[in-house]
Amino acid sequence: MAMPSSLLWAVDIFGRVYTLSTVGQYWELCKDTQLEFKRVSAVKQCCWGIACDHQVYTYVFSGDVPIRYQEETYENQRWNPVGGFCEKLLPSDRWQWSDVSGLKHQQLDSFTLPSPHWEWESDWYVDENIGGEPTEKGGWTYAIDFPSTYTKDKRWNSCVRRRRWIRYRRYKSRDVWAKIVSQDEPDQLPDPFNDISIGGWEITDEPLGRLSVWAVSLQGRVWYRENVCHHNPEGSTWSLVTTPGEVVQISCGPYDLLWATLWEGQAIVREGIDRNNPQGISWSIVESPSSENGIMHVSVGVDVVWCVTKDRKVWFRRGVNSHNPCGTSWIEMVGEMMMVTVGLNNQVWGIGCDDRAIYFRQGVTPSELSGKTWKAIVSGRESDRSQTGSSTSLLSAGCFFTDDIQNQTSAVIQGDADPSSDTELPTSPASTALLGAAAAGDGPASQADTSARLPVDPLHAEQGEATAASARNDKDNLDMNKPPGNPNPSAELQWINIDLKEAQKHPVLSVSSFADTSSLSSLGAFSVGAEDQYGADEHPLWAWVSGGGCLVDLHSPLKWFSAPSGLSSSVQSLSLSITPAQTAAWRKQIFQQLSERTKRELENFRHYEQAIEQSVWVKTGALQWWRNWKPHKWMDVRVALEQFTGSDGMRDSILFIYYMYHEEKKYIHVFLNEVTIIVEVLNEAKHSFALYTPERTKQRWPIRLAAATEQEMHDWLSLLNMSCCESRRIQGPPSHHAIWSVTCKGDIFVSEPSPELEAGPQQMPCDQMFWRQVGGHLRLIESNSRGVVWGIGHDHTAWLYTGGYGGGFIQGLASSADNIYTQSDVKCVYIYENQRWNPVTGYSSRGLPTDRYMWSDASGLQECTKTNTKPPSPQWSWVSDWYIDFSAAGGTDREGWQYAADFPASYHGHKTMKDFVRRRRWARKCKIVTNGPWLEVPPVTLWDISIIPSSDADDEEAVALWAISDKGDVLCRLGVTQQNPAGTSWLHVGTDQPFISISIGAFYQVWAIARDGSAFYRGSVSPNKPAGDCWYHIPSPQKQKLKQVSVGRTSVFVLDKNGNLWYRQGITPSYPQGSAWDHVSNNIRKMSVGPLDQVWVIADKVQGSHSLSCGTVCHRTGVQPLEPKGLSWDYGIGGGWEHITVRGNATEASRGAVPDTTEENPAASKEGEDEESKGKTEHSKTPLMVSESQELDRNSVNC
Amino acid sequence: MTDDKDVLRDVWFGRIPTCFTLYQDEITEREAEPYYLLLPRISYLTLVTDKVKKHFQKVMRQEEVSEIWFEYEGTPLKWHYPIGLLFDLHASNTALPWSITVHFKNFPEKDLLHCHSKDVIEAHFMACIKEADALKHKSQVINEMQKKDHKQLWMGLQNDKFEQFWAINRKLMEYPPEDNGFRYIPFRIYQATTERPFIQKLFRPIASGGQLHTLGDLLKDVCPSAITPKGGDCWFLMHCTHCSVFPQNLSLR
Repeated sequence: MAMPSSLLWAVDIFGRVYTLSTVGQYWELCKDTQLEFKRVSAVKQCCWGIACDHQVYTYVFSGDVPIRYQEETYENQRWNPVGGFCEKLLPSDRWQWSDVSGLKHQQLDSFTLPSPHWEWESDWYVDENIGGEPTEKGGWTYAIDFPSTYTKDKRWNSCVRRRRWIRYRRYKSRDVWAKIVSQDEPDQLPDPFNDISIGGWEITDEPLGRLSVWAVSLQGRVWYRENVCHHNPEGSTWSLVTTPGEVVQISCGPYDLLWATLWEGQAIVREGIDRNNPQGISWSIVESPSSENGIMHVSVGVDVVWCVTKDRKVWFRRGVNSHNPCGTSWIEMVGEMMMVTVGLNNQVWGIGCDDRAIYFRQGVTPSELSGKTWKAIVSGRESDRSQTGSSTSLLSAGCFFTDDIQNQTSAVIQGDADPSSDTELPTSPASTALLGAAAAGDGPASQADTSARLPVDPLHAEQGEATAASARNDKDNLDMNKPPGNPNPSAELQWINIDLKEAQKHPVLSVSSFADTSSLSSLGAFSVGAEDQYGADEHPLWAWVSGGGCLVDLHSPLKWFSAPSGLSSSVQSLSLSITPAQTAAWRKQIFQQLSERTKRELENFRHYEQAIEQSVWVKTGALQWWRNWKPHKWMDVRVALEQFTGSDGMRDSILFIYYMYHEEKKYIHVFLNEVTIIVEVLNEAKHSFALYTPERTKQRWPIRLAAATEQEMHDWLSLLNMSCCESRRIQGPPSHHAIWSVTCKGDIFVSEPSPELEAGPQQMPCDQMFWRQVGGHLRLIESNSRGVVWGIGHDHTAWLYTGGYGGGFIQGLASSADNIYTQSDVKCVYIYENQRWNPVTGYSSRGLPTDRYMWSDASGLQECTKTNTKPPSPQWSWVSDWYIDFSAAGGTDREGWQYAADFPASYHGHKTMKDFVRRRRWARKCKIVTNGPWLEVPPVTLWDISIIPSSDADDEEAVALWAISDKGDVLCRLGVTQQNPAGTSWLHVGTDQPFISISIGAFYQVWAIARDGSAFYRGSVSPNKPAGDCWYHIPSPQKQKLKQVSVGRTSVFVLDKNGNLWYRQGITPSYPQGSAWDHVSNNIRKMSVGPLDQVWVIADKVQGSHSLSCGTVCHRTGVQPLEPKGLSWDYGIGGGWEHITVRGNATEASRGAVPDTTEENPAASKEGEDEESKGKTEHSKTPLMVSESQELDRNSVNC
Repeated sequence: MTDDKDVLRDVWFGRIPTCFTLYQDEITEREAEPYYLLLPRISYLTLVTDKVKKHFQKVMRQEEVSEIWFEYEGTPLKWHYPIGLLFDLHASNTALPWSITVHFKNFPEKDLLHCHSKDVIEAHFMACIKEADALKHKSQVINEMQKKDHKQLWMGLQNDKFEQFWAINRKLMEYPPEDNGFRYIPFRIYQATTERPFIQKLFRPIASGGQLHTLGDLLKDVCPSAITPKGGDCWFLMHCTHCSVFPQNLSLR
């Protein structure tokens, strides 16, 4: 299986671009080898570079999900008595073809592809959907007049109508270097580029892949590329950013950090970069660490800055953060480097100035940002393994200065008369590039000359150029008619005439000293002449490296540092040669021999006394207990777990809790074989957990205990879990039929369904289900009855279940050893800044005395300031600073504010006259690192997923798996089988809008929900046609926006945004779309319909005998073939649950007679399905509740 | 499917039926009945024979009782060898139950170590564990453990608590996946001879050529004579699983 990996990009001194994977051992040549490069700057999804023609190129990785952009235009018509609706509009009307506002004239044929890198996906077509509802054929929407609100129905007063035409274009130049074509006026084009840096994707929290692309021209000017984002990977135009001096190099971090180096040796730091102003506002100057040697190169990360001075010393900037991007002081680091690059996680790489090797900075951690030591990457090149000393490629030392020369180069390519180009075809571009280099040195006259002038390395060349630029600026009388980069005499010094054949033997020759001619001399003093011993098959010589897309994970070791030799590869192959099957056979053999021995030695002596008595084993400890009586609070208790070994060798355990009640010693006890779940409870301050039994589930009042330290809690949890599993004789991995659920905390639980669970009238109450925890942290899980289980994290990462068990705090024997991996998840903590308007100062943080806290949680009831808000539990750590969240529901203004008439109210994103209060949401990211039986499925991040709930199919048959990416693309996974549950690739299924939910039924019925709340049915999906053919729009239940769909065997249920559950009526094989929606229940948060058409939900507001719970697992009772909607609810574990999937459970019990009625759980019967809660019941502290779910709760039931 | 855990469990719960009889020359007040017991293979004699001691002391005068020691067919049994090892080494061909003679006098000073308390056994046991970890992980794992983890290992052995023991011992048995195994395989090859009771050498799990070593390679390397048909006399004590008897065809992974 593919482990998630990322790439380190580098350019060798011959301009060839290589990548090194974090899971790889070899440098791989970039797929597109047509060009040589001077500089590259990479992020995860793409790389930008400056080729030797000084043009900018972008390399966008191919992926399963296409980059597509929707163009739209509106066709407008007006009714007149003669011809009805026609194209003839009033003179005061809008254009007949216009944009949505009517202000811009947009005919269909006025749309052209923005660059040669795009293609049309299809022709124009009419959109037959208005706000989630299907329109009549033709897509017309009607109104009284322009501009107005449009409806899908034509009325007597509908005088105008319009319809929306859409067409998609698709970016096609992926996995190749796409030249950035400028559409600007020729005289406004920037001069040739010299340096480029990309980053800034974290400035906004949008998942759209917005990038900041900064470039430096040869003249030292800084340019910013506008509008680079996911669906516009090339950006639109270059805009000039003024600088206090001539810039030679620039570096842009993932957030708002941007540094550049000036010709004079200082650094400049951009200030004021934020979401509304990604270009920033002003520059500050930072002096070089040493007065003699200016800064030559700088590289920045999230909050770190490294630089190299002209004497090649490496420096680390202290005190850099988002409030102080300039930092405080320089610290000198060990080592001499040509350049350094800061990548993801603030990891650092550099190019050594003596050996031109790439070094990785080891030991860079959040607490030690400057790291410990440099370690050389000794990975060889992929090509070196097969290549038998091809030296021709060595000659590709292209360095070009201008467009003019590039034209010459192409001429050479056409001519192809170069003697070296027929020696080796694959490197012919390199050879021609060499000729180009010759041209660069000598001018057009020497074009046909076979003597090449080798720039000894690109850095020299750049330096030469830079010198040229500087010199030109210094002397105004320099001839400006020359091409801007034409080398002046001083730069000429670095070019050496060598014979081509000679060059093949001695690829690199010594360079004449450049030191005297330039203030940047130190940059070029690397003498390759001394490096004769390095041929192409020796270690590569590097010119540039970019780690901006390279994520070095501290948990997975890199294979970069040991030479890939025959030895290690043979070790690898040998260790792989022991197959799991062999291991299993061997284990079985040993086991048999042991069994035989036991039989031999013990058979006749079992009546003998044991040497060591199996006595009662007790673990005791001091914990805190959330006491039973009011006022409820934590009290100190002694706890003892007593384990007995029965005569059959099985264990049972009792947990005793000893407490004082009115100075009287008392205790409560729990038989662990009655415990249904032990669950950690989210609490900032306490390490606490809850124990449920069926009785306590009915009460909604578990036993809650807290330990002093996390370790102590995990010891107890681990032990109690093991005892529970032992007493129920549960071990090993969950079965394929297991029911999976996820709490709002992200903890994962699994339950083995008994056959009685879906057994009609004798159905087992679901509060008796036993849940055990599985390591890892997820937002949702989907499974099917063939053991294919996928999960999605809060950070939308897709995870595949490995078949293991245990992990997390469950260590030792309760955990499988082989298939537990590190897992991490990232989520946001939100707080609110609240303000009230007053006539004197306008909005201020001074509220009315009755107001909420000025910094609060969503409800306003809890004070939450930036400083006192902690991560959700001690397992989480902050990974960002607080930032304004612009994605809050309801929209925000440019500063993130949402307005309302008063607290609490519904908020909107713009200020009106009636608004007296405003709030804005601040977010801070936190991360958990844990482990569990999960492996990442890179690279597409997901929002939803569904797996076909097939029950009886053979192993080889493909398993249909559909997903929604976090951008809303519908995807169909290919190649998923029971043997290969990860599948192979995603197939993109086109939609006209982003989607949010998807489900596939047992007979390939695919239903989906779009972001506008409408439902769609996918036609003709079958094993042979996995993606189906087209979408059918299904009208939503009246006035409801849908949010989730689940399709079982034949049943289709949807959930709307107000928590109503609906059943689709009238579905038949010949009419799979059904006819109408039938209301089933309210207060539902999430649902899962299984292969038996069983219906399970997460419900809010379930009333127990002691407390109310939100986020409760509920099971629909009385579901029968003739009664697919069922009759009532049976209440299970909760609250605090977020997600459940029963799609693996196809174990059908033999059904008895059809029941007349279904008994309802008496304890839970207070809350009937139709009964609206009066909101009077005590909403006491329920376990696992976080403010988020409380907010959700409030929203959905309006209490 | 068989799980590692099943194997470990069977190794742990290996028992040898034993008949203890008092040495004929011991002075007793009345006749001493033989005492029958199932001894755990992985434990130590002096750790599991409290009952035996109590049983025989009942028939003896207090002053006649000094340090207990055990003997099988004239060979004093070293308490610091695991019971399973003693049995396989000296008595594997005997009929069961294993007949052990109990002595309270004439402690054979030159053959046996004194064992005055269980602390001595604990010290010996921990020393073995530490030695093995030094070979496996340069002692990194054992040194990172807390005192209570060490205690849990020992208590697990002492009280025959498989889970308790393995919850900790598991850590000692892990190695980073990129290492392909332990640094060295800790092993001892015991022989029933007195001049050289056991052989111990540094042995890597992976040959210089990259192949995985098998136990056969180890034997060939360390003790060529054992390859002869007579090799059955060798008894393998793998400290890496601590005190587990393995059949000979074991690969060293």
